[in-house]
Amino acid sequence: MNLYLLLPEISLIVLAVVLIGVDLLLPREHKPALGYIALIGLIFPAYFTMLLSGRNEVSFSGALVVDQLAIFFKLLFLIAAALVILSSIEYVRRLPIPQGEYYALVLLATSGMMLMASTRDLISIYISLEFTSITLYILAAFIRNDLKSSEAGLKYLLLGALSSAALLYGMALTYGVTGSTVLNDIASALGERGINAAAVLGLVFIAVGFGFKIATVPFHMWAPDVYEGAPTPITAFLSVASKAAGFALVLRVFATAFMPAENTWLPMFFVLSAITMTLGNVVAIRQENIKRLLAYSSIAHAGYVLMGLAAATAGATSGMLVYLLAYTLTNLGAFIAIIGFSTRVGSDNIDDYNGLSRRAPMLSLALAICLLSLAGIPPMAGFIAKIYLFAAVFDAAATNPALYYLVIIALLNSAISVYYYVRVVKAMYFAPAETEESLGMTFGLRVALSAAVAGVLVVGIYPTPVMQAAQVAAQVLFP
Amino acid sequence: MNPGYLTLIVFVPLLGAIVTALMPKDNIRAIRFSAAGFSFIALVLSAIVWIRYDTALAGMQFVEQATWIPSLGIKYFMGVDGLSLPMVFLTTLLTFLAVLASWNIKLRPKLYFSLLLLLEMGIAGVFTSLDLLLFFLFWEVELIPMYLLIVIWGGQRREYAAIKFVLYTLAGSALMLAGILALYFYADPIVSGRTFDMLELAKTNYTAQYGAAFSSVVFFLLLIGFVIKLPSFPFHTWLPDAHVEAPTAVSVILAGVLLKMGGYAIIRINASILPQALQDWSYLLAGLAVVSVIYGAATSMVQNDMKKMVAYSSVSHMGYVLLGIAALTPTSMNGAVLQMFTHGTITGMLFLLVGVVYDKAHTRLISEFGGLAKRMPLYAALFVTAGLASLGLPGLSGFVAEFTVFVGSYLNPNMQLFTIIAAAGIVITAGYITWMLQRVFFGPLRFGDAIKESEHIQDVRGLEVVPLVTLLAIIIAVGVYPSLVTDLINTGVAPVMTQFVKAGL
Repeated sequence: MNLYLLLPEISLIVLAVVLIGVDLLLPREHKPALGYIALIGLIFPAYFTMLLSGRNEVSFSGALVVDQLAIFFKLLFLIAAALVILSSIEYVRRLPIPQGEYYALVLLATSGMMLMASTRDLISIYISLEFTSITLYILAAFIRNDLKSSEAGLKYLLLGALSSAALLYGMALTYGVTGSTVLNDIASALGERGINAAAVLGLVFIAVGFGFKIATVPFHMWAPDVYEGAPTPITAFLSVASKAAGFALVLRVFATAFMPAENTWLPMFFVLSAITMTLGNVVAIRQENIKRLLAYSSIAHAGYVLMGLAAATAGATSGMLVYLLAYTLTNLGAFIAIIGFSTRVGSDNIDDYNGLSRRAPMLSLALAICLLSLAGIPPMAGFIAKIYLFAAVFDAAATNPALYYLVIIALLNSAISVYYYVRVVKAMYFAPAETEESLGMTFGLRVALSAAVAGVLVVGIYPTPVMQAAQVAAQVLFP
Repeated sequence: MNPGYLTLIVFVPLLGAIVTALMPKDNIRAIRFSAAGFSFIALVLSAIVWIRYDTALAGMQFVEQATWIPSLGIKYFMGVDGLSLPMVFLTTLLTFLAVLASWNIKLRPKLYFSLLLLLEMGIAGVFTSLDLLLFFLFWEVELIPMYLLIVIWGGQRREYAAIKFVLYTLAGSALMLAGILALYFYADPIVSGRTFDMLELAKTNYTAQYGAAFSSVVFFLLLIGFVIKLPSFPFHTWLPDAHVEAPTAVSVILAGVLLKMGGYAIIRINASILPQALQDWSYLLAGLAVVSVIYGAATSMVQNDMKKMVAYSSVSHMGYVLLGIAALTPTSMNGAVLQMFTHGTITGMLFLLVGVVYDKAHTRLISEFGGLAKRMPLYAALFVTAGLASLGLPGLSGFVAEFTVFVGSYLNPNMQLFTIIAAAGIVITAGYITWMLQRVFFGPLRFGDAIKESEHIQDVRGLEVVPLVTLLAIIIAVGVYPSLVTDLINTGVAPVMTQFVKAGL
């Protein structure tokens, strides 16, 4: 037993417990301090994660693995958690929410995601997934007296339960066919015995279960409603960290356990990728609510990331990882700006963003940079990530010519997406404002925005370290 | 040894912008001298590069290369040749003169001079980058300061003009980016590799590998962005608006160098990388060129606003550039580049001259003026000379450039008809310029509402004269002894023409 491999997760859980304890002792007016405690406490899991970097160890009879792929995702989750907590401090203060529990749940969800990135066994995959999901169900419904938030939580819970059932069904079938729950053993069993109908069925159901998690079409219906209703920082968290955790699982399960069945799932992800990005982008055009707009845009981005699975090469995998990181930073930046806006104006309608550049120049600039990054405009991170991923898929097309079409579909989709992102930028900068009243900025918001935007620009202008890390991580799956 | 001249030329203005922005608000002297100092350093550096450029060696010189994003084949890659060097020099020269011309600006001088220097950085970057992505970044960088310069210091309809400018450019950029990515993705992996390096990409023969349809699509994706900048009919409508609303110094840079980004990019990218497609579509380009020449000139004729007249004359003159490119002979291409250079100096001077009188009379309408020659003799002399240069009087640089374009274009038998029609543009140009000169400088004295018959009108003097005389000196020097510039341009055009020979055209 190498318990120290779990140090990052354990330290997160300890931190969550400490927060709940401190919450009991703190007088009401000092509750916002909890956010800062959670934020500073993240140093420990981050430190432990860095400490484990470079190791390649397996524990718990093969169920837990700490490799560079897991480390990459863990750091991504920690960055996301830090920005979400930072942006929550102001948001949560204005709502009748028990703050200690809120931050504790965010930390617990993060530890669940970190486990998801490290598991190599169907059972522990299921447990870590459920652990994460349950904390997120609660968080989505956290504004108890708000009808939309409760609706969001309930919807998320019901559809999540449905997807869990599908996932379990698929896992059971896979176990039945291969006689093992450890991913590597499944792979060797499938390799020996060949792929039969039951194995394909198991694979498809597992894909359906994960499809809910990453909100691919046609399992995306929950996303816009939940994103709209949930507290905005949680929406941000759902749209980046939860999605990335889903991708961590998809990558590990399909690129190890189901590698022998590659010919079955490559076309499946091709189709999923194409319809996901297209539907996400087309529907996003008509949205009037910015949270719903970003919900559909995040569906579209999941479609781009899925391209990597349709190609399934080392290059495409590192493309996915870079894309996920760039998307995480950018989308969080956009959501932080939206939080800043909605807590001051109390609206999420795009029309209310008219003339925002004169009322909140910093906020508008940050949101504009993030939206343009999502659209894939240089020199922002979104551009570099897109071109890196597309180029990798394009290279894979040398052996699988169908992928040329996927790249073309993706490029057309990127062009469509520019329209609705720029529409918001246009509203902020070129539309006349109803009032000229300045919105002001708080310290926490300023720090969170600056951090996210700095990340977007640094990754956009000097992405080489991230790319190298992603290449090393991708080698875990495609040596 | 190369101490990184090009990097310095591009980033000294950035440093200048930062330093200027950090100056104390009320110390206007320090702000002015900082802006003038930094733009002068950039000017000196580009002059050094010009002097030290070895025309016997030709090709890319002062090259700087560093890996940037190796996984994507993106480099920090700069260099100049006979094509870009005159443009770089023009950029630094006109920026320095623009700083002098806006010496007495009252409204937020700190921000103004910082933005002017930022603009210089963007434009100089466009002319020196040899990596397409770097090129694209600088192309976008230029947009923001230009937008702000128009929207804050502009005239009555400044917001409209600034937004129009931004939207036109952005629309072009989006298509251009798609074109750049197409070049990147479809580059021959053996000959060019996965790269944004323009020189490497030029080794791939896109038409031979992917067919004429593919290269035509890419060609137009790129071209639209460039002809918007140039601007050519029918994408020119942003230009008169932007010019009329922009402050004088900004107009100088806009007409002087910003438009040249379009012509330069067509030669550097479309002609060098997609020669076959340019050949295939040369009739269309020549057609657009001729329409721009005639339409621009005819529209200039009816303008009452002097600035608008000069603006439309730019559309007309940039038509010659496009004609020279479309005709595809070495001489016509030389003429096109020379025309870009001379137009930068002549039109820059004309905008400065219009600005001088606008400052005094607060109007630019031709009908409000008359008989200025007697009261402002030096001003009249300068204006008349610049006007004559613009209409192509032999002995001044405009003549050399236009003559080269016409001779070169006529050498291509397919382009003779276009050349003949375009040459008619000269007649119209002579018409509107001499008519304007006659109305403004001769006849009974009129000077807007600002000054009565009896009052004294101050002639140009002091700091106003410096930029005008500098530009005039260049106009005369190039007019009398064109080899000053053409030897250099020749070395830049030759490699582009070998691209056509290589493609078997």
